[in-house]
Amino acid sequence: MKFIDEYRDREAAARLAQAIRRLVRRPWTIMEVCGGQTHTILKSGLEELLPPEITLVHGPGCPVCVTPVELIDKAVAIASEPSVVFCSFGDMLRVPGSTHSLFDAKAAGADVRIVYSPLDALKLARANPRREVVFFAVGFETTAPANAMAVWQAAREGLANFSVLVAHVLVPPAMAVILNSADCRVQAFLAPGHVCTVMGYEEYESLAARYRVPIVVTGFEPLDLLEGLRMAIAQLESGRAEVENQYSRSVRRQGNRAARQRIAEVFEVSSRRWRGIGEIPSSGLRLREPYRRFDAETRFALRALEAADSTDCIAGLVLQGLRRPPECPVFATRCTPERPLGAPMVSSEGACAAYYLYRHYERA
Amino acid sequence: MNELSLSLSCPVPLPAGDRILLAHGGGGRLMHQLLEMVFLPAFANAPLEARHDGAVVTVNGVRLAFTTDSYVVRPLVFPGGNIGDLAVNGTVNDLAMCGARPLYLSAGFILEEGLAMETLRLVTASMRAAAERAGVALVTGDTKVVDQGKGDGIFINTAGIGLVECAGEIGPAAVRPGDAVLLSGDLGAHGVAVLSVREGLEFESPIVSDTAPLWEPVEAMLKAGIEIHCLRDLTRGGLASALNEIADVRRLAIRIEEAAVPVEEAVKGACEILGLDPLYVANEGRFVAFVPEAQAEAALAALGRRAVRIGTVLDDPSAVVILHSRIGGHRVLDLLSGEQLPRIC
Repeated sequence: MKFIDEYRDREAAARLAQAIRRLVRRPWTIMEVCGGQTHTILKSGLEELLPPEITLVHGPGCPVCVTPVELIDKAVAIASEPSVVFCSFGDMLRVPGSTHSLFDAKAAGADVRIVYSPLDALKLARANPRREVVFFAVGFETTAPANAMAVWQAAREGLANFSVLVAHVLVPPAMAVILNSADCRVQAFLAPGHVCTVMGYEEYESLAARYRVPIVVTGFEPLDLLEGLRMAIAQLESGRAEVENQYSRSVRRQGNRAARQRIAEVFEVSSRRWRGIGEIPSSGLRLREPYRRFDAETRFALRALEAADSTDCIAGLVLQGLRRPPECPVFATRCTPERPLGAPMVSSEGACAAYYLYRHYERA
Repeated sequence: MNELSLSLSCPVPLPAGDRILLAHGGGGRLMHQLLEMVFLPAFANAPLEARHDGAVVTVNGVRLAFTTDSYVVRPLVFPGGNIGDLAVNGTVNDLAMCGARPLYLSAGFILEEGLAMETLRLVTASMRAAAERAGVALVTGDTKVVDQGKGDGIFINTAGIGLVECAGEIGPAAVRPGDAVLLSGDLGAHGVAVLSVREGLEFESPIVSDTAPLWEPVEAMLKAGIEIHCLRDLTRGGLASALNEIADVRRLAIRIEEAAVPVEEAVKGACEILGLDPLYVANEGRFVAFVPEAQAEAALAALGRRAVRIGTVLDDPSAVVILHSRIGGHRVLDLLSGEQLPRIC
């Protein structure tokens, strides 16, 4: 298939792997930020092609994984209201809250629906004026434009029965947290190509300069990742620390201006709690004042919720690249995709689920 | 304003065991747990425990295959077929996978109040045509009507009886290390055809369900003298789930080549857009055959030009399915927990 098969070609992969082997002189630890990239790496068995000097650690870029427990609890509580049609992207449904997931709520009678776009939720709101349609606005900068557009559209149409439960998070502040950690092992980053398609990569230039860390904006196909790694390793070996763009077929330095404008109009930067990591200042988005009437958290008077993460789960360390999933004491024993203790085991983008699915022969 | 009350206690989620979830019907790990924890202990007997697509029983020295399946699909009509085609072909195929010539079917209809009579006529006409094509007769049936809202238009259950026409046992237990794994055609068309209508997706060239009866290709292999070890049609859960079930029952690993598995361009494209893996997408007219290495070429010739060899059974008791990826790496091809879920980004 055009634009897919070229990026999964065996000979081209072998050539890139060869180029990497020729470059490497010393051991390096590189983090791919996005969960989609983690899955490509494990799904294609890409690490087998790399020399032993290269260690990949997996980053926090899984929106499902970093959505805090209390927000899942709020989602379940809202969804359980008889008047509500609760809409979400599919992979949020399995994530455990304190006691229940959205799938459990659905089994108990809640009207929970999987949608492919927030605009589908908007359609449901138009078609069901007597129901409260709530969309779970989860994701990094990638999903923010469509979510902003849905709210903007609802405001324009005066749709009173539509609201969003916002759980938006931002990539650069999370990278800064990782780099600020005393235990940080990460020497270079593969930055998330889709986030940068929306936002551009100007913001990453200050990170690269401030922390002296190479950052390569990278795509999601196996060859993208191999090329991104080659570029990062070339920087590391030559002592450079710059932002480079491997994913040039999609990403421009300034990003997508129209999308950024829509985000900025509807959302403002706010502090956010990340599951497993904690509160990170200026790391999320919330609705701006003129749009706050579409905020499900205020529409449904929810009591302040506090919920602790499971004490056995080391998701926070995994999400910061400080541990790999099999190093967790409960990995594949008490924590499995059927009975997850932490979100990285749930999401199709979570690092723990990726190891469980694609590498479980290593457990045996 | 709606007042909500929430009670929080343990931060660790409860095991999802107190209610049936949709994922229990997804053909993945949860469904296997349901079989192992509820159905197998409740009904334990030897034919059931063979864990094959149908049961093979011997009556007065005659080996009969017996199977049943229920059909629920939304929308009822999709490109390339409707629920009626599935209800006949699905059961015919379960019999064929036992190496049995399908003979007789029953059909039970659960109809929802308000269903258009025209839809029912369309479905029954398709069932008749499918039965003729497969050479089976629909000899007994039942009808129930439920209140509006209590059904999805039409639910159909069919059961079937067939005559086993091969000398040896066909099933996971007969799989041997070194067996060649053959696939009868391209993957994913049925699941994507149904999903594309359900999600309102349109493609330049419409993707049409692969629903078809499978006795003919099985019979062709038997006539060619192939010693078939195991057959499995790749319905819910797709190729990945079928291989895992066989690997698990036989306690042998299976290795497959990702690049050898055929997927049509349009199906591949739709799967990329929807975030689905075609290896897990349902088919209604595709199967895998496990045959001795020495007969692999002859079996492929009997199956026709769309059939391909995708892998080999290993002499390895780990019982995992290993996929040799397109770029040259390896990974486990596991069962999914439940249904594939569309991803966020």
